[in-house]
Amino acid sequence: MIKLETPLTVEKAKTLHAGDQVLLSGVIYTGRDAAHKRFVELVAKGEPLPFDPQDQVIYYVGPTPAKPGAVIGSCGPTTSYRMDAYAPKMMELGLRGMIGKGRRNDEVKAAMRQYAGVYFGAIGGAGALIASCIKSCEIIAFEDLGTEAVRKLTVEDLPLTVVVDSYGEDLYISGREDYLKGKANGN
Amino acid sequence: MREIAVETIIDAIADACIDINCKLPGDVYQRLIEAIEEEDSAIAKHTLDVLKENADIARETMSPICQDTGMACIFVEIGQEVHVNGNLSAAINEGVRRGYEKGYLRKSVVSDPMFNRVNTKDNTPAIISYDIVPGDQLKLTVAPKGFGSENMCQVKMMKPSDGVEGVKKFILQVVEDAGPNPCPPIVIGVGIGGTFDSVALMAKKAMLRDVNSENPDPRYRDLEKEMLEKVNAMGIGPAGFGGRTTALALNIEWAPTHIAGMPCAVAICCHVSRHKEVVL
Repeated sequence: MIKLETPLTVEKAKTLHAGDQVLLSGVIYTGRDAAHKRFVELVAKGEPLPFDPQDQVIYYVGPTPAKPGAVIGSCGPTTSYRMDAYAPKMMELGLRGMIGKGRRNDEVKAAMRQYAGVYFGAIGGAGALIASCIKSCEIIAFEDLGTEAVRKLTVEDLPLTVVVDSYGEDLYISGREDYLKGKANGN
Repeated sequence: MREIAVETIIDAIADACIDINCKLPGDVYQRLIEAIEEEDSAIAKHTLDVLKENADIARETMSPICQDTGMACIFVEIGQEVHVNGNLSAAINEGVRRGYEKGYLRKSVVSDPMFNRVNTKDNTPAIISYDIVPGDQLKLTVAPKGFGSENMCQVKMMKPSDGVEGVKKFILQVVEDAGPNPCPPIVIGVGIGGTFDSVALMAKKAMLRDVNSENPDPRYRDLEKEMLEKVNAMGIGPAGFGGRTTALALNIEWAPTHIAGMPCAVAICCHVSRHKEVVL
């Protein structure tokens, strides 16, 4: 298990490999479909993003409302491919890490190799458990989007798996191959 | 006629929305535990352990199992001797509105799919399907559906000559296309026959059957078993990290169809397969 802290620099990103189990701590930002659409619209207009993406990690999530006294509601990952259209631009602007679930396309993987990006998988459908790793939560932009608003989170030991590393290795491909090879060899 | 008050329906829907988003159905939970025992990959076993622990925490703290508390899909079977003293669809939507607010559930519905994607902020409208049946009871099945898995469902208008082999190939192709996206282990519902619209509903109803249930027709029951084995030999595994448990169940429903066709629909649900029946 690798302990990792944000910001995620190029140096740190390059030490990570597909299949690594990571406990992530520090500040991360949330953003999903509607927020990403606005990010690229801001960029097109030459306006700044709600946060400086340099060496930052974005979590594709739309949490449930926090109950009274709670930091956040359930907050597992959403499916990442819907952000594929925006991810290369975000990495070009300095974004280093993405947290979600599900496959990424070849353009995203190419951008990850170019900009030393890392794609982490959180376990889909484990939102109640993941909430316990979120220590603070503050809406910093697009409040009108409700669950899709951009939040600044402080996380502690958020359990993640490196799915695609900065070298282009993809656990969704290699993990499945390794499992089937093991089966074929009777392991 | 037996009279049912709209207030009774509103309360039943609201309570069911909260309950089912926080408590994983017993059959699904039990199947998850069995899958942990059967699993032969370490990372897959660990992932399933996490899912069990998550379901436990959700139940104990009445927190949503998953942040995607879904579109509220409501399957209604209304006895023809039932009279509702008001607007039934409006009552169901009001129940969804109250349940999603009171239960701190996520509001995930936009008012227009393309031109104006603005959140309706109360998770309405619900998706309601009606069946009129004999009797004087009202059965409401509340099945919130997340879109990680909903986006992975497919319908194909197959040719009669495609036959059983064509259906088998299509099922495996849909699971392959979905891969890690719909949060495996998944529950698969297959509809065969009927028409373009009815086959999708059939697949949904198959998906909502108890994970231990079997089709009463031995030909379809054998196909369910065969296809579940084939899906679980694909190696996708829990969370898509590789492993045995790609699906918890595969159920098939079928219906008569036209001489020229063999519609087939494959519905996929994530492991948080939520459905709760209320009979009034």
